[in-house]
Amino acid sequence: MAPVVTDTRSETVIRLENAGKVYAMGNQQVAALDGIDVAFEKGGFWAVMGSSGSGKSTLMNVIGCLDRLTSGRYLFQGTDISAYDDDALSDIRLRYLGFIFQSFNLIPQLTVQRNIELPLYYLGWEKEESQTHARHLASLVGLDTRLTHRPSELSGGQMQRVAIARALAADPDLILADEPTGNLDTRTSHQIMALLASLHEGGKTIIMVTHEHDLAEYARNRLYMKDGRIDRIEKR
Amino acid sequence: MKQIKFSRELASGIQTLLLHKLRSFLTMLGVVFGVGSVVAMLAVGEGASKDALEQIRKLGSHNILISSIKPVEEESAGTTPSFMSIYGLTYLDHVRIRESVSSVRKNVPVKLVRKEARLGERALEVRVVGTSHQWFEVIPRPVLAGRTLMPRDLADKSPVVVLTEFGARKLLATRHTIGQTIRLGLDSFTVIGIVKNETGASGAMQIPDREIDAYIPITTARSYFGDVVIKMSAGSRLREKVELNQIIVQVDSLDQVESAARAVERMLTLFHKKKDFQIQVPLALLRQAEATKRTFNIVLGAIAGISLLVGGIGIMNIMLASVTERTREIGIRRAIGAKRKQIIIQFLIEAVVLSFVGGILGLVVGMAIPFFITWFAKMPTVITPLGILLPLFVSLGIGIVFGLYPAARAARVDPIIALRHE
Repeated sequence: MAPVVTDTRSETVIRLENAGKVYAMGNQQVAALDGIDVAFEKGGFWAVMGSSGSGKSTLMNVIGCLDRLTSGRYLFQGTDISAYDDDALSDIRLRYLGFIFQSFNLIPQLTVQRNIELPLYYLGWEKEESQTHARHLASLVGLDTRLTHRPSELSGGQMQRVAIARALAADPDLILADEPTGNLDTRTSHQIMALLASLHEGGKTIIMVTHEHDLAEYARNRLYMKDGRIDRIEKR
Repeated sequence: MKQIKFSRELASGIQTLLLHKLRSFLTMLGVVFGVGSVVAMLAVGEGASKDALEQIRKLGSHNILISSIKPVEEESAGTTPSFMSIYGLTYLDHVRIRESVSSVRKNVPVKLVRKEARLGERALEVRVVGTSHQWFEVIPRPVLAGRTLMPRDLADKSPVVVLTEFGARKLLATRHTIGQTIRLGLDSFTVIGIVKNETGASGAMQIPDREIDAYIPITTARSYFGDVVIKMSAGSRLREKVELNQIIVQVDSLDQVESAARAVERMLTLFHKKKDFQIQVPLALLRQAEATKRTFNIVLGAIAGISLLVGGIGIMNIMLASVTERTREIGIRRAIGAKRKQIIIQFLIEAVVLSFVGGILGLVVGMAIPFFITWFAKMPTVITPLGILLPLFVSLGIGIVFGLYPAARAARVDPIIALRHE
């Protein structure tokens, strides 16, 4: 569908050029993003940090193709997708992005197996193939014995593992994690972070929003947001 | 991009509906009863009109029935004991019709006399029909034994009788039938034939023949029984002179029926001072009955339409509630990469499954009702293929029409807001 050309020379997955996002709140114009220039390289592990209202959620929504810029350019693997329509953006989400949310966002009436299969369903995979693949992913995150359970029968850590398996199903280039450990205890949080770190080592690009500095330590690069602008970037 | 197989979308829709079995069932009920009532009403309506139309057809669509009726003034004047009322069709009328209305092919005089038929111990009150051989051509009924009347019988004023199957069974039982001599009143007649009779004379118009008929030559009837009938009623005697009770006229083609009927009426009115006859045209009745049936169907259709509308609104209501309830799920699916179109299809399929399954259940209910009506009320019901297919298609249509708006609402959900939705 979406003609996304891989830009092998730049090795950049996402580049934002003078990106701006303005919301209309009543009569007032609120700039959630105000001239962002950043490039996320392939294979990077980024932590996006900042206080609430700093624009980091908007940044994640824009990167995740859930929201559109009002100004500037969004280059996804070298292609400007700023003007893409809803269907084309949906297709990018489906093929190239995997989401991990703070509140897991599993579909409660579906089993673990079916939740993991969901992206494959929209990709039009055959039933047998997607079942096999979902089992493989479940064993990857250590949940092969829970396939027939419903999300409500799982612990928070297990639910997040299902969400990670689901995010990996379509083998996306980029994993977007929005406070993935926000609802988990410290021990489980570190387990999930270790899982993400292992995915990064396996070659995935990860962009993660977090409040906690010790979790941000897992990431190579840290991006601090403030008032809709990039405050500073720390690279290691 | 590969398309998701429709069967998988259908399967996942059904699975979702099965999660809330009671709710899905209750939502369906509106369509179940809507479709059920449509099917039942169509079956009952079809049965009733089929009955009426069948009856009218038995009268013969090419026929015109002219009957003697007692004029209204005469009825009240019947207090004088010695008074003899003379009214109705005459032998002369019969001749006049034949000579003045050119399109008339068959012209059958009918004289009706009530008599007791007797054979030994067996007796039966019969309606003696004095008529010509053409009766059996105008009102064709299968001949079971022997023969019907012939022109010779009329010319000879033969004392012969054709019985109906019913009469023969009552009078003759299993004994040898043809050639038996029976009594009609005081006179002896020889049975020459038996015809099958039509039963069931109810409704707006009676068919000309009855099961208790005994057919004899009209010439014989006239010379044996005369034209004067003495009626006994509460302390008074009433003498009536009626020459012919009916004349049945048949024309060649359907488009001549109405003009012939008008010509007969005009001619008879010239010679009758009072309105002592009536003309019935089965074809006109048939057309009228068909028009009535159409009206009936439109009214039924409208009522059924309203009940289906109510069912559809019920589905829309629940689907809207479901969309609100599942806002988060929609957000998740959209974030994963589902297109708006796919969300629409998902919810549309659920609505269509609800209404179509409701339609099938309704069909079962709707087919059971006429069955019980026929069983208990002995009313005829007819389920036509249209009566089955139409409600099924309509229920499909209802699912699409009333599912479209909730599905569109679902697709318009903003994934960012939906994901924050609790």
